[in-house]
Amino acid sequence: MINEAAVWAIVGLPLLGGLIIIAGLRPWTQSLWRLSGYVGIGAMAGAFALSLWALNSVRGHHGESVGFDPHSWVTVGGDAAEGAFELTIGVLLDPLSAIMAVVVTGVSMLVQVYSLGYMRKEADEHSGKFVDYPRYFAYMSFFTAAMLGLVLAYNLVQTFVFWELVGLFSYLLIGFWFHRPAAAAAAKKAFIVTRIGDFGFMLALMWLFSHRDEFLVRGQNPFEIPDINSAAPLLSAGLVTWAALGLFAGAVGKSAQFPLNTWLPDAMEGPTPVSSLIHAATMVAAGVFLVARVFPLFEASSSVMNVVALTGGVTAVLAATMALATTDIKRVLAFSTVSQLGYMFIALGVGAPGVALFHLFNHAFFKCLLFLSAGSVHHSVQTFDMRYMGGLRAWMPVTYGLTIISGLSLAGVFPFAGFWSKDEILAAAWAVDPSAPGTSAVAQIVFWLALIAAGMTAFYVFRLIIMTFHGEFRGGIDAVPMDERIPDEAHNHVHKGESPTSMVAPMLVLGVMAVISGAAFNSVTKLGPVPAHWFSHLFNEDSPELVAWIAVASMTVALGGIVLAIAIYGLKLVDLSRMPKQWHALNRVLEQRYYMDYFYETLVVRRALFRGVFLASDWLDRKVVDGTVDFVGWTGRNAGKWVAQLQTGQVQAYGVGVSVGVILLLWAYLVRS
Amino acid sequence: MNIGARDLFLISPELLLVTLAVVVVALDLVIRRKGIVIAVAVVGLLVPAIAGVNVWNDIHATGVDTAFNGALVVDEFALYFKFLTLAVLALLFLSSADYASRFQPFQAEFYGLLLFSSAGLMLLPAAGDLITVYISLELASLPVIALAAYEKMRLKSTEAGLKYLVLSAVSSAVLLYGFAFLYGATGTLRLISFDPADPAIGHMLINGDPSVPFGGVAVMVGVVLATAGFGFKLSMVPFQMWTPDVYEGAPTPVAAYLAVASKAAAFAVVLRLFYAGLDPAAADWSLMFAVLAAITMTVGNVVAIAQTNVKRLLGYSAIAQAGYMLVGVAAYVGSGPDAELGIESVLFYLGGYAAMNLTAFFVIMAITNRTGDDSIEGLAGLGKRAPILAVLLALALLGLTGIPPTVGFVGKLFLFNAAINADMVWLAVVGVLNSVVSAYYYVGVVRVMYLRESDNPARITVPPYAWAALAVTAAAILVLGLWPGGLLEVARQAALDLL
Repeated sequence: MINEAAVWAIVGLPLLGGLIIIAGLRPWTQSLWRLSGYVGIGAMAGAFALSLWALNSVRGHHGESVGFDPHSWVTVGGDAAEGAFELTIGVLLDPLSAIMAVVVTGVSMLVQVYSLGYMRKEADEHSGKFVDYPRYFAYMSFFTAAMLGLVLAYNLVQTFVFWELVGLFSYLLIGFWFHRPAAAAAAKKAFIVTRIGDFGFMLALMWLFSHRDEFLVRGQNPFEIPDINSAAPLLSAGLVTWAALGLFAGAVGKSAQFPLNTWLPDAMEGPTPVSSLIHAATMVAAGVFLVARVFPLFEASSSVMNVVALTGGVTAVLAATMALATTDIKRVLAFSTVSQLGYMFIALGVGAPGVALFHLFNHAFFKCLLFLSAGSVHHSVQTFDMRYMGGLRAWMPVTYGLTIISGLSLAGVFPFAGFWSKDEILAAAWAVDPSAPGTSAVAQIVFWLALIAAGMTAFYVFRLIIMTFHGEFRGGIDAVPMDERIPDEAHNHVHKGESPTSMVAPMLVLGVMAVISGAAFNSVTKLGPVPAHWFSHLFNEDSPELVAWIAVASMTVALGGIVLAIAIYGLKLVDLSRMPKQWHALNRVLEQRYYMDYFYETLVVRRALFRGVFLASDWLDRKVVDGTVDFVGWTGRNAGKWVAQLQTGQVQAYGVGVSVGVILLLWAYLVRS
Repeated sequence: MNIGARDLFLISPELLLVTLAVVVVALDLVIRRKGIVIAVAVVGLLVPAIAGVNVWNDIHATGVDTAFNGALVVDEFALYFKFLTLAVLALLFLSSADYASRFQPFQAEFYGLLLFSSAGLMLLPAAGDLITVYISLELASLPVIALAAYEKMRLKSTEAGLKYLVLSAVSSAVLLYGFAFLYGATGTLRLISFDPADPAIGHMLINGDPSVPFGGVAVMVGVVLATAGFGFKLSMVPFQMWTPDVYEGAPTPVAAYLAVASKAAAFAVVLRLFYAGLDPAAADWSLMFAVLAAITMTVGNVVAIAQTNVKRLLGYSAIAQAGYMLVGVAAYVGSGPDAELGIESVLFYLGGYAAMNLTAFFVIMAITNRTGDDSIEGLAGLGKRAPILAVLLALALLGLTGIPPTVGFVGKLFLFNAAINADMVWLAVVGVLNSVVSAYYYVGVVRVMYLRESDNPARITVPPYAWAALAVTAAAILVLGLWPGGLLEVARQAALDLL
């Protein structure tokens, strides 16, 4: 049985690792830079071991938490005895947080091992510049620590604190190569867009606080997660609905769901292992986790559940279509992540959080592997543009094989991991009781949306595989025109060969998981030491029955997508350049992501907000004041001769402002009385 | 009118502060090395601080006391602000030593004037009647006019001084006019009274006409005029217009002083006037402050986005921050278990705000002192040229945005919670929305520091005493953010004294 200190250490070890790297090793960076990677990995390995221990401790608890009482952090309004409101801090260990901790630490550890090779070039012996390499590992450690803090948080304020920290460190990681303007812009975009969602999260917190009486009468705390979950069915409808919607807005921002999906593809500007970590287990998974964390709150409002399911369904299809026409390998994967997160929200929306977590679990492995493969490809050809790849299987057999495995898993082909969880999602959506008013229609819609997206998924992932590994080699970075290259990669060259062992080894581990994580951890029958439906039972949930026709249908759709991709890109049975005009128009719309970015950035932010509101108010502040000045100066020239010497004269206008303010205030009072 | 030893004891911190000011100015005549003068000024601040601790011990044991026949009310609320002022002053001296060396041969007078002004700021929160409020305010303002124009060879500085002079005069006139109305309508100048024979303004309000706000048109006019007068010091819209100009033009330490110490004292007197003096009419003023808070933070944040000068940006930021704190002022709930929440959250936020804003100003001071460039673009590449300064400025700006685990987050949480507690959910929503908007320009500065290359590779050095000041303020941002309990409890005790 794990103790509380050990659970805290899951957060503390990576934090400590990061501090050692940034503070302890810094003065000796020149000679010890290599050590920083090992410190980061070592700390993460420790956290991973503790997480496994934690998971072992919660087995058999049937979804209940292992009781660690929270500690008082701040008391608002007097002593606790006087009925004051108490903010607490603590760790909440239950199957949900334990499994998340295992995934986060495990994936982070593998990604950091991979980074030993991938980020090696950041330590440049020629220029003697070593600081970027430790900086990277420190950020990774902090980022993971923040995510672990979020996962293990006992109350929602604590969750929010770590939620923001995750955003902050992702800002640093996405903008790691800050001298690249695109990376800098992407980092800022990720930070701002997710904050729009955080606005909802914050409002939900306030909403809970303002309705704290509903909790206090039961002796409960409105911010503590176990209290929220146990009280949820008894709370008033208004409280539940708005609190759940606010939290969901936060989840939409973090998990890049429609309509806040635009930041994630741009976040590809960060180093590839970072993308891998963000997409697999941290950051974007936080949104799904949050909804699962307070799931009873969502369950108490059927309308919010419908919103969740529909958002997931729409995003799953929308992002999958975006992936169809993209030529940047990492961006294809980014759209794929958005789409797969949509699946998880579908599962949550149809009332199956265990299934959502199961898909998150499987997705963590195969998506992480896909990104690491993309990084491995880049290691060789030095570009992410698939138009300059092709034929790489000749010298990257391991990467090729692993990409096929993870691609099949993503496509949901039997018996790979993705098949099991995707099938459970479809089955869960189908199984929603048709007699429930309103809900059944939504469940039906999202079922079909999910099935359509499954076909597209299989298509784009095999398009990716064929464009990258098959056919003729199209030259890699050497073929990219100079003006399209990133400045610091302008003089890189293709190197034909497999990536170093430090990169391939963690990929192999993930490859094994991408094959077996579905079948082994939630198998339909007892499988050696693993009992049947181990994962579902962890959440005290019955996994949905495997419906034969759904399994067959999803397989058929997936295989159809694969065949179509092979036919078009492999065998070239269709000549894409000779398609009708409408097809190119459609392609363009997809390439431009339905013009969502254009709409947000150019129209809303730049034109309407920045040019319109901000500049206008600045103008008002400076110029209208001047206009008033002319008027005032004209009437009272003699009174203010010194004004002429200053040549601004704003002071008088400010005086007028004071008078106007007084008059307005008086007027307001007179109107009221 | 008897003035006894007790009265002198109660204002001993202010008396010692003024003495220190005289000593500093006099020392300058005999001592050539200015470092010693600064050291005397900083260490000398310990004397009024110790006196303050003495008074606090006394007050804590025997309860609130008045001095000079009720002109001053010495309670934990007033002492909270006195200590805040002293702390700000000490930090300001440490950090500005380098900057102030350009004022030779008038460097010591610079400190002297700051000390004199601070004496006014320390008396202000303790003011028990309107006359004391007015006199303290003038005592605090007049030296600042000279300070704002201290770089007299720089046109912008003299302009700032002149603007502050004129607008200070206008606001004082408005304020005094308002006080006259209040006196005329109620027949008393007392804000707080412990003597039934000498009732305070609040007692007189109760008998007024219930259909008119504040029970009478004259009182209403008085309150509005007083609000305008204080609004000037608070940088409250629509009385905020001087703020960016003066912040941009005045020497940076003076801008920091205005943004932190002067604003804190103004909040103190507003809280005292409205919570202790005008609380029977709370229904009439709390909505006014709520609306003004919403407008103030919105104007500050929206206009800040378009700024290109970092000191001007901090000016608009100061307006927005004042808006957040006004939320706490508006959150009046009368009596009840959580009645002190509004005041408490303002006091706590002021402490955190002092730490965050001083950190920002200190870093800007250190940089502009070396580069002479106070545009936002001038911060480019700071992440490389001065990595620690850049981290500290980023910390301060993220704090002002309200990102955890800084004090800015906790402080805003308490402020907005106080609003919700007073059934002003809409105001909390406006506040949260505003902090989202503010992320845009605060993070924008961080972005320039880290993500923009500079063509000037020179590293920026900072003298050790300035590091000391920065270490204190930056540590406070994090410590108060992680363990807010201590300061919060102090703020709560202070708030309870006001109710």
